[in-house]
Amino acid sequence: MVDIEKIRNFSIVAHIDHGKSTLADRLIQSTNTVADRDMKEQLLDSMDIERERGITIKANTVRIDYTASNGEKYVLNLIDTPGHVDFAYEVSRSMRAVEGSLLVVDSTQGVEAQTLANVYQAIDADHEIVPVLNKIDLPASDCERVSEQIEDVIGIDASEALEVSAKSGLGIQETLEAIVTKLPHPKGERNSPLKAMLVDSWYDAYLGVVVLVRIMDGVLEKGDKIKMFSNGSVHTVDRIGVFRPEMQSTEQLGPGEIGFITASIKQVRDTRVGDTITHEKKGAEEPLPGFNPSQPVVFCGLFPVDSSEFEDLRDAIEKLALNDASFSFEMETSAALGFGFRCGFLGLLHLEVIRDRIEREYDIELITTAPSVIYHIYMKDSSCIELHNPADMPDLSKVDHLEEPRIKATILVPDDYLGDVLKLCQDRRGIQEDLTYAGSRAMVVYDLPLNEVVFDFYDRLKSVTKGYASFDYQMTGYRQDNLVKMSILVNEEPVDALSIMVHRDRAEMRGRAMCEKLKDLIPRHMFKIPIQAAIGGKVIARETLAALRKDVTAKCYGGDATRKRKLLDKQKAGKKRMRQFGKVDIPQEAFISALKMDG
Amino acid sequence: MNEIKRVSEKTSNRILNSVFFGGGTPSLIEPSIIGDVLNEIQKHWKTKNNFEVTLEANPGSVDAKNFKAYKEAGVNRTSMGIQSLNTKDLKALGRTHTVEEALAAFEIARQNFKAVSFDLIYARQNQNINQWEKELSLALSLEASHMSLYQLTIEQGTAFGDRYNRGLLKGLPNDDTSADMYDLTLSLCEDRGLVSYEVSNYAHQGYESIHNLIYWRYGDYIGIGPGAHGRLTIDGKKYATETVLSPEAWLKKVECDGSGESNSVVLTDQQQAAEFVMMGLRLKEGINYQRFKNLSGSAFSKTKLNFLKDLNLIEEKDGYIATTNSGRKVLNSVLTELLN
Ligand SMILES: Nc1nc2c(ncn2[C@@H]2O[C@H](COP(=O)(O)OP(=O)(O)OP(=O)(O)O)[C@@H](O)[C@H]2O)c(=O)[nH]1
Ligand SMILES: [Mg+2]
Repeated sequence: MVDIEKIRNFSIVAHIDHGKSTLADRLIQSTNTVADRDMKEQLLDSMDIERERGITIKANTVRIDYTASNGEKYVLNLIDTPGHVDFAYEVSRSMRAVEGSLLVVDSTQGVEAQTLANVYQAIDADHEIVPVLNKIDLPASDCERVSEQIEDVIGIDASEALEVSAKSGLGIQETLEAIVTKLPHPKGERNSPLKAMLVDSWYDAYLGVVVLVRIMDGVLEKGDKIKMFSNGSVHTVDRIGVFRPEMQSTEQLGPGEIGFITASIKQVRDTRVGDTITHEKKGAEEPLPGFNPSQPVVFCGLFPVDSSEFEDLRDAIEKLALNDASFSFEMETSAALGFGFRCGFLGLLHLEVIRDRIEREYDIELITTAPSVIYHIYMKDSSCIELHNPADMPDLSKVDHLEEPRIKATILVPDDYLGDVLKLCQDRRGIQEDLTYAGSRAMVVYDLPLNEVVFDFYDRLKSVTKGYASFDYQMTGYRQDNLVKMSILVNEEPVDALSIMVHRDRAEMRGRAMCEKLKDLIPRHMFKIPIQAAIGGKVIARETLAALRKDVTAKCYGGDATRKRKLLDKQKAGKKRMRQFGKVDIPQEAFISALKMDG
Repeated sequence: MNEIKRVSEKTSNRILNSVFFGGGTPSLIEPSIIGDVLNEIQKHWKTKNNFEVTLEANPGSVDAKNFKAYKEAGVNRTSMGIQSLNTKDLKALGRTHTVEEALAAFEIARQNFKAVSFDLIYARQNQNINQWEKELSLALSLEASHMSLYQLTIEQGTAFGDRYNRGLLKGLPNDDTSADMYDLTLSLCEDRGLVSYEVSNYAHQGYESIHNLIYWRYGDYIGIGPGAHGRLTIDGKKYATETVLSPEAWLKKVECDGSGESNSVVLTDQQQAAEFVMMGLRLKEGINYQRFKNLSGSAFSKTKLNFLKDLNLIEEKDGYIATTNSGRKVLNSVLTELLN
């Protein structure tokens, strides 16, 4: 039994790359939670894709025992969170499980867009916030300036901000002390009926569905019969424990504790993040406030390059979805691409991560179609349709008007690049809402259409500001605009997988850009190929891919016959990586690359 | 000699059209050895009336002084790897001879052999069409009866392809320019009466390489020596043979096993049909359609043929299917279309 007053629960939050996972490493290591020989950098980033990209995708919980300088023993539960905007949902739900946050700020960089976004969320969750200035080992570190920034831009007291190097271990003892002295202990009644928050759940190949819980009131023990508030389903707890960071069994979890349970739950879908768990008998009357599930905002089609792999793809997608409730899918058929899935993601990075995992872990090559957002189509008969796929756009004569999702984007950028950022936002149909300064950094707030941002806005922003701008966004709602479906015709045939929704005023520009791109992406054929962009029946842009003029091996004698025949066979295999549209082969990467805008 | 004897045992009843001493630097061989080899060959096979014996030669002065002796040994045709008529480019291509040496060697060759051919490589790095036109005009003024004019092409899966992919090959003419260069070459050669009888080979009528035509017409050929390939029909089956690549290993294998062959596989009808088309469509004369049907057991799809005919890439005449001049330039695509 852990004394609730000796528990401290906190999340580590920061802008991407400011050093959250590295700080978690030091906290784990200096408390001997993990033996030195088992330590590695960013220990908690355990997925292949996390290690490869050097980023955190999933939040991770660890329980640490710490003996403070006053001699008291404490139990600390830390949650390391991802920094990338696509995974903001991981941060917000993690915060619901804890009472405080370590706000890590890279002291060589200062306050960035996700720093702000996280602070607002922490305040919203009623957290005590402890600012941590990280990377003080670097020469460019400037704690004074960054403290000022925190006070000016965020408006929280930074006079007692901790100065830390998560890399070298400087300031780690002070951080641990601050955690026990500054953060409040959780509150909860041991004797009240059980109320546990379902924070997360995932599928484990050996254990089945694992549920991450935070106990609010009451005590949860092995063998207990528990009930899910949302659907009343009852399960028997067969395993209970904590993360250190590997799973370690315990007998019970009491108020304020964070841990896991398994209860022979068949599907992750049976567990709803934000749900309240109580006992079947003598359970709580009222559920916890809960929180909203994440909503996919970006949709695209995933098709197997080799159409015979459709069933394998279904299998892969179903398995991945088991572990990732924020990823949605449904079957889709495309005239050109055959059978595949329309999938929903939290953002483009999320899309990339899932696509990468399917390609690598399941060895299925994919064609990814143009990402799209959800449009609301108001029909003349006053019904409303949600459009996830431009190819499904109904007959225009029946459509009254369209609405598109808008976001509020916050961008922090050094003064020098402000002009470029404003131009970029303007080009993407943005409406400026706010512009303030903190020192030599500007903070701009724009109202932007999500469809202009989803695809390559972040890349463009990074490139026009040489990486100095940071960006965060939230969905704000829907608004009517003059949107049209633009189709692409290759060799006079429409390619449904390339059609996109665009604003009427930007259609010519986008159409021209796409035709030009495709002209480069599609290899030359034996005949010339017109590439056109059209709205309805009207062609608005056109390019012609000239016919191939030279493609022959110069020397081919007796000794070359075998090699050459094998080469031809290889070319046949190469053609499999392309999709045929009429007589035209389009390489798989064209579907995404065609959309990238250079300006 | 042992190898000649070995392969001849399976084919002794057949008549030999030609012999080609090639690959690497055959002209480093003593003329007397060439003579011995030819004698040995004639012991095992009957030869045709116009038996062609070609020697691949370097255009340096060393080879030239042996030409007379080679002729006496039985060589009646030479193919010289001149490569370029521009000394700077020769250096870049890694050749040790100069243009002057090449021209002199060519003169000596012409005095000794009935037929002389030489090779040039064009569409080289940093070569523009005007430079090539000048070089080709100079070449044509030599009035050789046969020339092999190769474009430097980048093929995926070769060392050149790798270099190209890694961005190490710069200044190569683009596809359009190399197509223009090819067209120019064809028209300048034809003005001189040199027929483009194969993708890269030009000859006056009657001076085509008998030996190479066997490859392209998909006849039988025997490969002797390290790294040599053969296609041989024995008892109605066509074998693809290959010998050990490294000279030392080849020699050892011949001595120990009595055979330098490292690989001999029977080609399926489909493989034969593919090779037949792949080789035959390189020729202006094209392929005998009936022979293709016999080999593959089926005809080409009508739609594919018509598609290629409509694009003016192939034509069908007197039972032959042949590529047009423009079709030959995009032969790889034509082949993929036809053979898929
Ligand atoms: N010099 C120095 N580098 C640090 C320090 N802390 C972290 N880093 C480096 O900063 C980079 C990012 O560190 P992470 O710990 O992965 O950052 P993160 O905030 O967890 O990143 P995300 O999870 O992707 O948002 C890594 O290369 C770390 O080695 C520090 O105190 N000093
Ligand atoms: Mg991290």
